[in-house]
Amino acid sequence: MVAAAAPLALLAIVVVLAQQAWPAITHFGPRFLAGRVWNPVQVEFGALPYIFGTVVTAFLALALALPVGVGVALFLAESSRPRLRGAIGIGVELLAAIPSVVYGIWGLYVLAPWLYRHLEIPLNERFPNVAIFGGTPRQTSILTAVVVLAVMILPTLSAVSRDVVRAVPNGLREAAYALGSTWWETTWRVVLPAARAGIFGASVLALGRALGETIAVTMVIGNRPDIQPSLFAPGYTLASVVANEFTEATGQLYSAALIELGLVLVCLTLVVNVGALLMVRTVDRR
Amino acid sequence: MRRQRRLARDLWFRFLIYVAAVVALLPLSLVLAYTISNGWRAAMQPDFYLHFERPEGIPGAGVQHAIVGTLELVGMASLLAIPVGIVVGTHLAEYRQHRWATWVRLAGDVLVGTPSIAIGLFAYALLVAPFHHFSALSGAGALAVLMLPVVMRTTEGALLLVPPGLREAGLALGLTRWRVALQLMLRAAAPGVVTGALLAVARAAGETAPLLFTSFGNRRLVFNPAEPMQALPLTVFHNALTPYKDLEDQAWGAALLLVVLVLIVNLASRFALRRQLALAGRGTS
Repeated sequence: MVAAAAPLALLAIVVVLAQQAWPAITHFGPRFLAGRVWNPVQVEFGALPYIFGTVVTAFLALALALPVGVGVALFLAESSRPRLRGAIGIGVELLAAIPSVVYGIWGLYVLAPWLYRHLEIPLNERFPNVAIFGGTPRQTSILTAVVVLAVMILPTLSAVSRDVVRAVPNGLREAAYALGSTWWETTWRVVLPAARAGIFGASVLALGRALGETIAVTMVIGNRPDIQPSLFAPGYTLASVVANEFTEATGQLYSAALIELGLVLVCLTLVVNVGALLMVRTVDRR
Repeated sequence: MRRQRRLARDLWFRFLIYVAAVVALLPLSLVLAYTISNGWRAAMQPDFYLHFERPEGIPGAGVQHAIVGTLELVGMASLLAIPVGIVVGTHLAEYRQHRWATWVRLAGDVLVGTPSIAIGLFAYALLVAPFHHFSALSGAGALAVLMLPVVMRTTEGALLLVPPGLREAGLALGLTRWRVALQLMLRAAAPGVVTGALLAVARAAGETAPLLFTSFGNRRLVFNPAEPMQALPLTVFHNALTPYKDLEDQAWGAALLLVVLVLIVNLASRFALRRQLALAGRGTS
């Protein structure tokens, strides 16, 4: 009975959230997901800007973190210097241990002004007509959120990829070396292709983390529910709007709409995580 | 010529791997450096530990209520999650072939990845809404849900490191399965189980999102778990977003305390893990 604690908790989370969100689900129907207006005063609730912000920041963070993560994984799995390897490994693990809210305050007071001054303003002035650099640059922006998220998912990405790269049979490497390959040719043509499925799984796992991250993103993304192309403008995510508005939500429909956003987020991460775990697990078994 | 090009390219990518490692460590050092330098001022004053919040502008405010709150919240959550996690983890390790074992394991891993804000909403619906009252107990409940899968999976992992000969010896002596599990296996895996518990504690101590609408926060020092209670992450979150300089300083001070707490617990868990690996006759990676 106790053994079922984890599955029961998971099931209970989905059921309880669905039940609490029920007034909004029945009232708005599917147009809740496609609606672009979020106006609590007019009791009009649409989730699209939040879904957009969540998905865009998560994917961009993954794109930013992936090359570094795989690089670190290769370093940790293949470097011939055990001392240095150990130190870097500990560093990456500590990166995972730092609380989200600490990344938030650092992102808000240190990273955001720095990115604003050294990246947003110059790019905006240089390329005013490029949509992703357009608009009026702001310190708290999608870009800041992306960078903070990329830092936060890096440990997941590199730890899982490291295990996958290590699991590649040594015979493959030795065969490649025997044919005269350099280290890089072996890695690029033999090791990485063999580890491809696992690295993909690691990426999806990291994507799941980025989708659900709350506090750090809430502090740096600017909290404006817009759908627009600029990286330098504020955005909003599913998790952040729940964190900001839930305690102030008045009226049954408003709370229910926020809980429905939470439910959408849970379903999104559930699908992503189950997919990723099954992928990583098949690799483990091989 | 061609050979030289290949070697040059090899060297270049070897170099890039080092660059990746340095880039990965850069944010860690920056976060630590800024947290220490900005949090130092607040954290060096005795008032910081001896007083709770005061109205803006009146000197001598502190975060005593948040420190006590974090300890109490995490303590209660540990009491809820760690025993259950150990039992489930032991069950998973001892009955590996059980029909549902794979599903329990998968559910645990998925639960680790479930957004903490959703767990906060869940705890709100179950433990706050029915009572019309925010409480530390509901916050502890939310944290316990977060801790459970961590304890469960590390306990299982630690038990799997114990040589199977121990189990077979116990069974051969006629001990029942549960006595073998609890008195032989679990005892041999104790350092690994401690590792898991400490990692779970570190994770719970740093969480903000599940506390926002459960424990909610409080301006004064309370001990009663039925009352709303402050926690260090809540102090960082709320104070960092105010325009007042001294509140910002306090936020950095609280962030420094959190980082120190989490790093100490993390290092302790690493020490416990090393013991487990030594017991199991394996070196550290």
